[in-house]
Amino acid sequence: MIDYQFNFDVIWRNWDNFLGALGMGLGLAAASLTLGAILGLGLAAARISGKRWLDRPVWLYVELVRNTPLLLLIFFVYFGLPEIGIYVLDKYHSFILTLTLYAAAYMCEVFRAGLTSIPNGYLEAGKAIGLRPAQRARYVMLPMMFRITLPAMSNNFISLFKDTSLAAAIAVPELTFTARQVNANTFRVVEAWLTASILYLAAAYLIAWALRRVERRYAMIR
Amino acid sequence: MASSDMSSEPLLRATNVHKRFDSVEVLKGIDLDVAQGEVVAIIGSSGSGKTTMLRCINLLEEYDDGEIHIDGETIGYRIVGGVRKRLRESAIADQRARIGMVFQGFNLFPHMTAEQNVMLGLTKVQKMPKAEARDRAVHWLDRVGLAERREHYPYQLSGGQQQRVAIARAVAMDPRLVLFDEVTSALDPELVAEVLSVMKSLAESGMTMLVVSHEMLFVRDVATRVVFMDGGRIAAEGPPAEVMGNPSSERLRSFLGRFHGLFG
Repeated sequence: MIDYQFNFDVIWRNWDNFLGALGMGLGLAAASLTLGAILGLGLAAARISGKRWLDRPVWLYVELVRNTPLLLLIFFVYFGLPEIGIYVLDKYHSFILTLTLYAAAYMCEVFRAGLTSIPNGYLEAGKAIGLRPAQRARYVMLPMMFRITLPAMSNNFISLFKDTSLAAAIAVPELTFTARQVNANTFRVVEAWLTASILYLAAAYLIAWALRRVERRYAMIR
Repeated sequence: MASSDMSSEPLLRATNVHKRFDSVEVLKGIDLDVAQGEVVAIIGSSGSGKTTMLRCINLLEEYDDGEIHIDGETIGYRIVGGVRKRLRESAIADQRARIGMVFQGFNLFPHMTAEQNVMLGLTKVQKMPKAEARDRAVHWLDRVGLAERREHYPYQLSGGQQQRVAIARAVAMDPRLVLFDEVTSALDPELVAEVLSVMKSLAESGMTMLVVSHEMLFVRDVATRVVFMDGGRIAAEGPPAEVMGNPSSERLRSFLGRFHGLFG
């Protein structure tokens, strides 16, 4: 029989902590996605440049990052870098750096696929009206790539948001870390994890809903 | 466009143009002149090189040998000490801006409205102020019968409407020459006529056009000259009545025979 007595008082007393922690997770994800997208776009450009000396190192980087557990990367950057003499990062910046590098590897592949899926005819149309290469990139390739990759970027953002829970491992006070603290201080185990789970779920669902609206707004074919 | 000391040349002059894809030579020495105001139709079976020839003129394909001049200026290359050197991308872009092109697959930018499609080259290439570019776009969309649809995105337009927007996009740039690459081949039969009628009205307004087409009735009625390509060479050339009415070779006769009934 289940005879667990629920008591959510401790949750309400810590409600501000939970919300703050949720905001922290969203902020970490947004910062990493933004920086990761910028870096990823550069990496994708290198991948499709047709120059081996640009393409191969980026390929290696992407494969290394994508085939390594994120938690290990977090530990490597946070504990490993100081060992080799790089002390400049506090745990927040360390985590954002890690998640950015991680996101960039995934975004690189998303953008590369998006760029190579643009039918050549549109680029030729851009050439035919006399657009220069940079103008073709800016007015034809990037807007089309953005629209093609929006669904994949949405998925990435939600994944990154959930991945911020790993920041708990280096004591960044986000949602998972906060739930563990409340749990440790009050022994309300189920309530703490249940609350964290529901907040993750609600936030991820809201993000997905909002991004679907953006996708519909920018869809080229409805 | 200032005419240079080469002003005795026709608007377009192609001399001895060769093009090969790997081991296949698709253009085996094309000589073609197009004078200002001419409407020249290129006909021929698929694989004869007509589309490739068209694409070499604005350097969507690079030709391997020979020269293509627009207003006396070599397209895509300059000759330095007897050696061909490809121009910089920006110089090639400037040359392309003077040559319009309409594609078989329309290729309207899918993220832009009809009006934005027409305006892009005006504002970004010609640096025209936005309001002026919009006026110009509206004018040309009106000419192709689509002023009402200027806020529509390509996916909201039929194939024939998309192709008419694409024509507006090309001619709004005020090009010296417009290339039409089988522009009705991807259209449903009932949409072909609206595109051809726009092209006919452009031809009547004096626009210089080079048209690759399988629409033999259109070619016969609108072209000032017909060029028949066969196996990467120009096999016959002349006024439509002459080339199509009195075919000079068995190849041309059999090619035209596929459109039997049209020239009975």
